[in-house]
Amino acid sequence: MKFKLSSGLFIFLTPVLLWLFLLIVIPQIELLLMSLRGENNLGEPIWTFANYLHFFTEEIYWYTFVRTATYAIIVTVLTFIVTFPVAFYITKVVSKRLSVFLTILLLVPFWVSELVRVYGWMILLRESGVLNHIMLSLGLIDKPVEMLYNDISMIMGLVYTSMLFMVVPLISSLEGMDDSLIEAAHDLGASKWTIFTRIVIPYAAPGITSGSIVVFMLALGNYLTPNLMGGKNSLWFTEQIYNQFIASFNWNQGAAFGFLLLLLSSLIIWVGLKMSKQQLGRVLS
Amino acid sequence: MIRSLPQDRGYSFGFKFYIICYFIFLFAPLLVTCVLAFNDSNFPSLPWKGFSLDWFFANTGERVGIFHDSSNLSSIWVSAQTAFIVSVLSLIVGTMGAFLFEQQDFPGKQGLYFLALTPLVIPGVILGISLLLTANALGLFIEESTGLDIPLLRPSFWLVVFGQFSFISTFVLLVVSARLRKFDHCLEEAALNLGASRFDVICSITIPFLRPALIGGGAVAFLMSFENFNTTLFLVGSDTTLPVNLYLQVRDGSSPVINAVSLLLIVSTSLLAMINLLINRDKKVE
Amino acid sequence: MPVVLDIVDLTKRFADFVAVDNVCFQAEEGKFFSILGPSGCGKTTLLRMIAGFLEPTSGSLQIRGKDMLGIPPNRRPVNLVFQNLALFPMMNVADNIGFGLKRQRCPKKEIASKTEAMLERVHLSGYGSKDISQLSGGQKQRVAIARALVLEPSILLLDEPLGALDLKLREQMKIELKNLQREVGTTFIYITHDQSEALVMSDTVAVMNAGRFEQIDTPRNLYSRPASSFVAGFVGETNIFAASVEDISPTLRLRAENGVLFKATAMQEMAGAKKGRLFIRPEAIILEPDSGLDNLNRFEVTVRTILFDGSNTKILAMLGDREITVALPQNQQFAHITPGETVSAGVHIDACKCYPGE
Repeated sequence: MKFKLSSGLFIFLTPVLLWLFLLIVIPQIELLLMSLRGENNLGEPIWTFANYLHFFTEEIYWYTFVRTATYAIIVTVLTFIVTFPVAFYITKVVSKRLSVFLTILLLVPFWVSELVRVYGWMILLRESGVLNHIMLSLGLIDKPVEMLYNDISMIMGLVYTSMLFMVVPLISSLEGMDDSLIEAAHDLGASKWTIFTRIVIPYAAPGITSGSIVVFMLALGNYLTPNLMGGKNSLWFTEQIYNQFIASFNWNQGAAFGFLLLLLSSLIIWVGLKMSKQQLGRVLS
Repeated sequence: MIRSLPQDRGYSFGFKFYIICYFIFLFAPLLVTCVLAFNDSNFPSLPWKGFSLDWFFANTGERVGIFHDSSNLSSIWVSAQTAFIVSVLSLIVGTMGAFLFEQQDFPGKQGLYFLALTPLVIPGVILGISLLLTANALGLFIEESTGLDIPLLRPSFWLVVFGQFSFISTFVLLVVSARLRKFDHCLEEAALNLGASRFDVICSITIPFLRPALIGGGAVAFLMSFENFNTTLFLVGSDTTLPVNLYLQVRDGSSPVINAVSLLLIVSTSLLAMINLLINRDKKVE
Repeated sequence: MPVVLDIVDLTKRFADFVAVDNVCFQAEEGKFFSILGPSGCGKTTLLRMIAGFLEPTSGSLQIRGKDMLGIPPNRRPVNLVFQNLALFPMMNVADNIGFGLKRQRCPKKEIASKTEAMLERVHLSGYGSKDISQLSGGQKQRVAIARALVLEPSILLLDEPLGALDLKLREQMKIELKNLQREVGTTFIYITHDQSEALVMSDTVAVMNAGRFEQIDTPRNLYSRPASSFVAGFVGETNIFAASVEDISPTLRLRAENGVLFKATAMQEMAGAKKGRLFIRPEAIILEPDSGLDNLNRFEVTVRTILFDGSNTKILAMLGDREITVALPQNQQFAHITPGETVSAGVHIDACKCYPGE
């Protein structure tokens, strides 16, 4: 509507501005400011880069940071590899009716709390867990094996909790793809491999990008899964943040870690968007 | 290759096998959790010692079922209250945002839209700690300048609400925007032309059109809030929400009572998801 | 007849583009008034100004003697049938029709009876409880018209409402709409780019081009006495020649682009004009004309193609190096003509209409 534009604008703009500035912009600025604060030898508050210096000089922080980023990328790639065939099968291979049913079935577990899902894996995998019990009674192993609390179980858990955010955009972009594109390629003599790499994947690229960004971000910022499934030495960067805040009560150091994590996630998302030549707005909506 | 093309047997069989494995992978942890809630054992593990409803209803010294477990019950109540308030708030603000970005034009719109999407790419942990820092700084400032102590600004129920609201609004905004984009403005003009006031138009045309998105967005908001852990962890005060409370129990050991809570969660969220799906299917208006 | 809509010097400017340029016209009570023009000529802008969705840049707009400028769309005594109909998908047929009455705080009983009467009028009795999605294209059309008519507006505006229908249904709806208008006696202002719709239904047609009205006249006059070269070319099928003026008096003589010399009738002042445009209707060209006929331009044409279409059969023939369309009379008199044949042809001077210009 062209008329009464100004009053409508005012009514809609005010709450949105309040939300974004009070709860998003100001807290992020406060995070940055807090990370630049510290105490001098006399215990007086000063501006300092000490928190960041500390991060770079202390090897364990460095190591955790790089490790978290690397693992988050691995999780993203694995999630794509695991879910892509499923999305393709549901949208293109299986009959239409079954496809609706399978889609619903696919989504149900993800409505359930992440904590419940992680807990389910814990009672499956741990030393006294269900899998060990089954393998023992089948005689496959002699004594229980600890399958939980290592990097592999942690990565598996992260993939499991992130799958939804990859499979949904994949399904919706593959659904938009006309079957006749594949039929035409097949008709023109393309092999399956060619069809996947030259037709299907390029077509699904927007879905892949948006899925990857969300999965990467969720893996990077996840605390629950690494903490519960990765055990004592999981060394996830969010755990370092938590330790600084809750255990050491060193909020300035924690803020610096938080800001570094924010920078890292923004940077990797930016690179991802640049590489796939897409825009954030389009990818997320 | 696809359903309309002839398939060779190996491809088709291999694909089916993979999909079956995937669904087993998907449901195994949930199924195991549910089944073990009924095991007559003090640990959530095999062997199967018989069927029991103890972990729901018992109230003996050794076994306290979920319906007598005051700590878990009260955290469920806290979570429900939080989720209700968060979903109402984010429905209001998210819908207003959708109207703002879809129907209004103003300088800096692109930038503000970008800003409205950022909560999706800021890790939840960061949202939590940054809000904690800000609330704390604001609290200190007020206390120093006026001597007033504002409990709201310390980790508390309301801080959790604000923390969750800050990013859940974006999800509502996206859901409602998608629906609003399909809205035909001729309908509004037609209503005006038939003598409806601006307010009439919103009540009788726009809101009914948006209803599926509002219901869907509200359900998503409720569930996201109910299950949120990463942001909540840093903001939670003495009123622990269910996920935080469960986390503390899982970290310190495990009891089949957690399975019982999980079962209730799985059943109720599945029901909610199903209802939401059915409503959306019925109300599908082109 | 009292004037219901009076528009004087109405102009709408968007930035540096003039969409409606000094338009003046009056619509009389109870008439079917059409505005005909190619897409982008400004007719929709004009309609939206009448409905109140756009404010004019300048000029005046009165309905029944009352100034409408500044009055919002929901308080104007006009109703609009939208191009895409804009039926409310979340309501059933009866609620759609009763929508406007409800806004007027009409009692429920009255809404029900008026809705039912209106449904009957558009031959949809018993459809009240159906969903919009259950209706066919033609039924939706009628609901949209009923929804607007039930409010008994001073003027009903229709924005190309038949555009989305298929050809057969469109023909049928044309007649239905014309009859409906006669029955209810409401003034209709009908916008279209389809000349056949305008000619068949209207009492008066305004031909619009580039924001201006070229001619306001009865359909018959538009066809037989177009006021401008645009109208001559836009209304009805016609053969158009660019020509240079050879002589003005005593008779106007033109050399057409293909070298043929025509005696013609000047429709506008030709004095001083060196170039002209010559318009000849396909049905004005007579094949094998009687040698006794006077005032005929005579020439020979070579038949290229016969476009058989029942009573509407035409031939494409070469006149010099130009292809022209000739309508055949319905009496099968020329059924023997085959492609390649050369036939004599003629056209009366009165039917060769000339306008100055390139």
